[in-house]
Amino acid sequence: MSESNEEKKDEIQLIFGDKRLDGRRFDELRNIKIEAGILKRADGSCYLEMGKNIVVAAVYGPREVHPRHLQNPSKAVIRYRYNMAPFSVEERKRPGPDRRSVEISKVSREALEAVIMKELFPRSGIDIFVEVLQADAGSRTACLNAASVALVDAGVPMKGMITSVAVAKADGVMVLDPMKEEDNYGEADIPFAFLIRGGKIESIALLQMDGRVTKDELREAFKLAKKGAMEIYKLQKEAIMKKYISESVENG
Amino acid sequence: MVEDILVDIKKDYVLSKLREGERIDGRKFDEFRKIEIQTNVISKAEGSALVKLGNTQVIVGIKMQIGEPFPDTPDKGIIITNAELVPLASPTFEPGPPDEFSIELARVVDRGIRESEAVDLNKLCIEEGEKVWLIFIDIHALDDDGNLLDASSLAAISALLMTTVPAERFEVGDNYPLPVRNLPVSVTSLVIGDKFLVDPSKDEVSVGNTFLTITTDQDDNIVAMQKSGSYLLKEDKFFEILDVSLSKAREIREYLKNI
Repeated sequence: MSESNEEKKDEIQLIFGDKRLDGRRFDELRNIKIEAGILKRADGSCYLEMGKNIVVAAVYGPREVHPRHLQNPSKAVIRYRYNMAPFSVEERKRPGPDRRSVEISKVSREALEAVIMKELFPRSGIDIFVEVLQADAGSRTACLNAASVALVDAGVPMKGMITSVAVAKADGVMVLDPMKEEDNYGEADIPFAFLIRGGKIESIALLQMDGRVTKDELREAFKLAKKGAMEIYKLQKEAIMKKYISESVENG
Repeated sequence: MVEDILVDIKKDYVLSKLREGERIDGRKFDEFRKIEIQTNVISKAEGSALVKLGNTQVIVGIKMQIGEPFPDTPDKGIIITNAELVPLASPTFEPGPPDEFSIELARVVDRGIRESEAVDLNKLCIEEGEKVWLIFIDIHALDDDGNLLDASSLAAISALLMTTVPAERFEVGDNYPLPVRNLPVSVTSLVIGDKFLVDPSKDEVSVGNTFLTITTDQDDNIVAMQKSGSYLLKEDKFFEILDVSLSKAREIREYLKNI
């Protein structure tokens, strides 16, 4: 769903037997690295790598909302800003929000709004800022995964964890967590985010798609996405545990 | 404030009806409002359509120009979709630059047309790498009584079907009809708890902006989807909505073929 070159070409071979261009199996995630609590000023933060994606998420709040007229007397106002650094992509991206970022910010915010217990914080605001430092397909999913960890790090009460991953259709097969080539030259891209609660996938918090797939292929996509999400969820949990264990050691 | 109270009253009414298994306007859960399509309503545009979906009204005008192709698609035309939610269409729309709703609207309509390859962009190249046709799809909301999205998608594909490429005006040959080869149809459902209603009216939307839009093409492929609004959706519910969206899209497509 990139802005300028949304037209697809099918000149590149993406699938080689049961392997993909980068050697992964169809149901294999890219390497993921997650670290919680990496920023000093933010109330919660997270550094996340997902393949070549590098993102940093920060959470500020619950805090007072400015401007005041945005306050809601019955619940917290959630704001989410997905922002790409100018140097994050091949061709320099003009700084500031473009139409794509506005849309991604909207659907990502809505996914988190559905799980944050905002009724506990009337009149306040929770701001989630995610910076994409390097992008390589699936940056919105990487950002949501980081935002989710940062929210836990900030101590914001949630119904569960949000875990996000995309599935693409490349050379006619469904593949988990597509990288740039599969996104650009593939036939479809389907970003998912799930609410995971009590170690189980409970519902869908984000769902988008562009491309061309059949109903059966969609079923396959759900299967792959859920498998990938459970693996990412484990890593998110580990990152949070790691931070709190090291904190409690430091504090005796 | 008065507006807020009215919304609450409507919301209670919609929900109580829903518990009885009814919609406030008597429609079935999978029933669209009456669709009316008028084409070529703007003679200055290359193609245009006014779509009424019940009381919701949207006009789409297509303008074409010659421009430079994207470097990675030197032999293809370009589609640019924009939506303006002008203040005339609703007491809640404000003038100014497009907000996230109008951006989302335009991008979801765009995805349906682009991904179904409704327009044969290969036939819109004038000089490879130098000159191609740019197609501007401009969505202009006139009256928002709910489900602007499906009304806009319908108006966009209807307008494209009527479009003549203005080659003579630009002195690059004879005019010809825009090559349209697929009919994407979007179906938007309002998801309320474990129920869903297609083509929600503004009163029904008082329960919340919790939508799922599924766009399908003439071969029953899914070409675009957008879950919109802060709510959680179950997987089995999703596949139920998908089945309804597919069958509704088929009905609407038959209607489109006769405009």
